[in-house]
Amino acid sequence: MADTVHTLSPPLQRNRLQGALAASSTVRGLHQVLRRRSTVAFLMCLPLILIIASLVVYPALYSIYLSMLNKAQTRFIGLGNFRFLLSRDVFWMVVQQSAIFALTAVFFKALIGLITAHLINNLPAKGQRKWRGMLLVPWVIPLALSSLSWWWLFDPTHSAFNYILASFGHDEIAWLSNPYWARFSVILVNVWYGAPFFLIMYLAALKSVPEQLYEAASIDGANAWQKFRHITLPMMRNIIAITVLFSLIVTFANFDIVQIMTAGGPRNMTHVFATYAFLLGIRSGDLPLGAATSLFMFPILAVAAIFILRGVRKRGREIG
Amino acid sequence: MTQSRLPASKRPTRRQVLKSAALGSAAAVAAPYVSGVYAAGSLSLGVWDHWVPGANNTLTKLCNEWGAKNNCEVKIDYITSQGEKDKLTAAAEAQAGTGHDIMSHRDWNIRIHQNVLEPLDDLIAKLIQQYGPISPVAEYLAKIKGTWRGVPTAVGSQVKPCCSRIDLYKQHAGIDVTEIFPADESKWDQAKVDTWNWDTYLTAAQKLHKAGYPVGLPMGQTSDAVDWVGALFNAFGVVMVDAKDNIKINSDETRTALEYLKKLMAVNPPEVYAWDDAGNNRWLISGKGSNIMNPPSAWAVAKRDNPQVAANCWTHPMPKGPKGRFVGQLPQFYGVWSFSKNKPAAKELLLYISQKESIAQLVQASYGYDLPSFKSMYDLDTWKTVEPPVGTVYGYPPRGDEQTSMLGFPARSDVGAQIYNQAINTVMVAKFTQGNEKLDDVIKWAEGELEGTLRA
Repeated sequence: MADTVHTLSPPLQRNRLQGALAASSTVRGLHQVLRRRSTVAFLMCLPLILIIASLVVYPALYSIYLSMLNKAQTRFIGLGNFRFLLSRDVFWMVVQQSAIFALTAVFFKALIGLITAHLINNLPAKGQRKWRGMLLVPWVIPLALSSLSWWWLFDPTHSAFNYILASFGHDEIAWLSNPYWARFSVILVNVWYGAPFFLIMYLAALKSVPEQLYEAASIDGANAWQKFRHITLPMMRNIIAITVLFSLIVTFANFDIVQIMTAGGPRNMTHVFATYAFLLGIRSGDLPLGAATSLFMFPILAVAAIFILRGVRKRGREIG
Repeated sequence: MTQSRLPASKRPTRRQVLKSAALGSAAAVAAPYVSGVYAAGSLSLGVWDHWVPGANNTLTKLCNEWGAKNNCEVKIDYITSQGEKDKLTAAAEAQAGTGHDIMSHRDWNIRIHQNVLEPLDDLIAKLIQQYGPISPVAEYLAKIKGTWRGVPTAVGSQVKPCCSRIDLYKQHAGIDVTEIFPADESKWDQAKVDTWNWDTYLTAAQKLHKAGYPVGLPMGQTSDAVDWVGALFNAFGVVMVDAKDNIKINSDETRTALEYLKKLMAVNPPEVYAWDDAGNNRWLISGKGSNIMNPPSAWAVAKRDNPQVAANCWTHPMPKGPKGRFVGQLPQFYGVWSFSKNKPAAKELLLYISQKESIAQLVQASYGYDLPSFKSMYDLDTWKTVEPPVGTVYGYPPRGDEQTSMLGFPARSDVGAQIYNQAINTVMVAKFTQGNEKLDDVIKWAEGELEGTLRA
């Protein structure tokens, strides 16, 4: 290599040298860039970012675009679909039902999750794992499958629950044909499915509360309720807020349970946003109106998210 | 750039070119269908997955036969309608502008995807020339703005007439449905046929309810419910929206029909408000039910699961009302996507599987469930020979004075689609009969909903 350099004319040698220096500085620059942890982290996240952009961001933007077209998707009509929905009685009924469904279900999921988490936390370590595993089963079974099983239990004509009630001499209950019982049934299934998520989150939060706090409280003469109120709850507040927010989003967007069990009936009285959007968009062929219906969830959840996350940040700063 | 080799005097003017093009297009539209057997290449089909075991095989066999003759590779994907997966697939392909060449479309889907479906006027003209008039319901659903965008297929197409228990009707209502509707139309006595009307149906339903074998008429928001109530509304002369966008639901006919339904729903099991499309089938198969309004699928399952019930089932026309005898029809169609890469081959294949010989095989494979949209094909042997009892589904294709109906007609089809899919008719009935809302309030609610369907 050195021999070769010697045989070159001086300008050529200069060019080669400059090239080599440039190449080495590029490599050095690349090394420096790669040495930055944030750059590496970004590159490693890039595939995920691309997947989310193509599977979440693009469809979301596309549905916003769709919601501003007319029924035949040939003309831009701005907020016309939203104005139309706001003028419909059935839509307002869907708003009311979605709120009842989501708030009731999330409240009971959180309550049941909290109680069971405490019960399991107080079990001896040996038995805990068994109970934890069993109680997680509803969350592990695919929702469409478990909803179908529940539908069989509530079957309008041959309900297994009614069979049991009848064998004890009770009247049968119109689980799915009475609109109010139908609402109860879909909420019950949602609670059954979602409570284990709260359980596992709360259990993890309970495990992270320092034992010394309880010991100090015991020395001060605090009873169980006082310990729960003044130690456990404040220590868990952030995790409660985040799980409630997450569950609220998932429950508001629920589709499977209502679609499989009642398909929105009887008399449209169990429709939630997602099933009503499906009815309008896919079954009736009005995709823009369906998109507009599903987008109504967005501002509601965005407002909830802002308030809940603001509280979480505030408490985080207080602790920090 | 290529220079024209014609001398300037012989070069066509722009006007001449346009005129020739216009004449050519007109001739192409007006010309009779000419088969061009040059279908080589490949074709892909996305079609409805038949619930009758083995029925898909017959369609596959027919397509493969045609493919072998025409040197065309045919690939078929059977897509279930469970959870509307077929509709979701069609919607995705229409939005993406890519997918199968031929897609099957249920009920209103031709209208929904009209802008991305190839015109099939030439094909339909040929079939009408061969087999005579086509069902008006099929025309309402697939002929959009004067252009056929889909060809009706027998596969999965159905009507929903009465399926009655012969023994229970005889024993508890004193009616022999086999005598009124024997398995030979030439033996039908019009005077007896006329006795089978909605009043008779109600009286019989009350007796059967009293005897512990109620009729089972769904009142949910799925197609079985919408179709039978739609047929009843037609029989009573109820019009929801007319062809000129006038809302007509506030009428004496509507009041009469709803008052009638109040009496009829009182003798149905209370759970009918939650039934899906399988609810009435299960009711009949269980042996508790005396009558349902359904294609012969319930009978076919009973044949396997409860043969004693199947042996006593008789499918026959719907009751007659003041404005005639109507039965709900739900046809299926095949459409060729405008983005298909082999449109001529797609049309050739559709023509082949729409021939009476092909239809006969498809009907046989489905034990008479599949119903062609050409009345001239109702003489196929399957409906005469299927048993038990022999002739049990002879009355399945509309015969005599029975006309097919579709909820939504005569409104323009995009309005009809909304009325049908939102089940405005059954929600009205449920509000009045189950919710005990006032008749005027129910009609007012329906007016509001119908006004919403007229949105552009």
